Amino acid sequence: MYAFGYHRPGSVADAVKLLADHPDAKLLAGGQTFIPTLKQRLAQPSDVIDLGGIAELRGIRAEGDNLVIGAMVKHGEVMRDATVKSMIPALADMAGVIGDTQVRNRGTLGGSISNNDPAADYPGAVVGLGATVITDRRQIAGEDFFTGLFETALEEGEIVTAVSFPKPVAAAYEKFRNPASRYAMVGVFVAKTAGGVRVAVTGAGPCVFRLPEFEQALSTNFAADAIQHLNVDASGLNADIHASAEYRAHLIKVVAKRALAKIR
Amino acid sequence: MTSVTMTVNGKAVTRDIEPRMLLSTFLREELGLTGTHVGCDTSQCGCCVVHVDGDSVKSCTALAVQFDGASVTTIEGLGQNGTLHPMQEAFRENHGLQCGFCTTGMIMSSVDLVKKAKEQGITIDEHYVREGLEGNICRCTGYHNIVKAVIAGAQAM
Repeated sequence: MYAFGYHRPGSVADAVKLLADHPDAKLLAGGQTFIPTLKQRLAQPSDVIDLGGIAELRGIRAEGDNLVIGAMVKHGEVMRDATVKSMIPALADMAGVIGDTQVRNRGTLGGSISNNDPAADYPGAVVGLGATVITDRRQIAGEDFFTGLFETALEEGEIVTAVSFPKPVAAAYEKFRNPASRYAMVGVFVAKTAGGVRVAVTGAGPCVFRLPEFEQALSTNFAADAIQHLNVDASGLNADIHASAEYRAHLIKVVAKRALAKIR
Repeated sequence: MTSVTMTVNGKAVTRDIEPRMLLSTFLREELGLTGTHVGCDTSQCGCCVVHVDGDSVKSCTALAVQFDGASVTTIEGLGQNGTLHPMQEAFRENHGLQCGFCTTGMIMSSVDLVKKAKEQGITIDEHYVREGLEGNICRCTGYHNIVKAVIAGAQAM
């Protein structure tokens, strides 16, 4: 690891100021991707700004029909939280299949979505539920937040503070995990929401995406049978040593059906 | 250099360290607590698991400076007054180890796993233990006795 200066601000305002003062600084959330990246010398930030001391980034609360989760809330907390389990059980299920126990005890919501790893689980939930990403300066619709491979709509120096998830009528997440890394080779989040049916796919492409054809078919019948006749086009999907694009395209339907079968 | 103060196995420790020092390095090299093993050093194997404020974490994937003010427990701090913790005793009774390299991480993960199950009212069966220990790898592949040991340790805890 290259040497860096270390800062532990006590407020979001102080973190924003530190970022502005140190243009080559990086934010540290749970560190489950960032610290391995530093260890491999794949990044050389001048300074590391640790968000671990900022109380306003923690906490899970219900605001009417929305569940607001702070950016520094860990996956293990979301998995076990009683409010999450009663309002959006699919979100607790999703958090419970990220990485392993120890990764879930450190990894955070804000870190995961800001990194936007194409194989991460959270982008599927954010887009699948039609959530809103809240930053230090604005609100961004989940769909507009994820813009490409490891890319987001965040501006220079902008910090995610929370995500607001609207409570769906019904929802479920299913993933086909890479057995070694536990990342999603394909993850599908299905949700019946006030604004219609949403199907979000993560792990299969360079960035999370929706499947309008599936959504349309599921609008009249929110069950696995409704998508039986549909197929997913493999063009543009990820191909690597773990799976070809065609295999991932096939898996999307299989995993979507498994997710739908979980809805009770 | 940054000053860091934390409670390790019940004792307050303060050191001036480089911010890039990993928690695993801090425990092993600054404090001489070599019971925390470093296996893969890439967050996969779980040999380096310790407890931070009650949660199991991989100490090779955390900076020591992040834990200023925190309470850390390592395998050396698990037993009390020269008596093994019930989970350590269960690993010994059930021969839950072969070469022993992964054992300290296995035990630290297991203690957290059992504590969380009891808090959440989850039944501790073979399925729960195998899923819960997915972040710990035994290269001797001695999982059968490890799982047996964790279930026995859970009953004793």
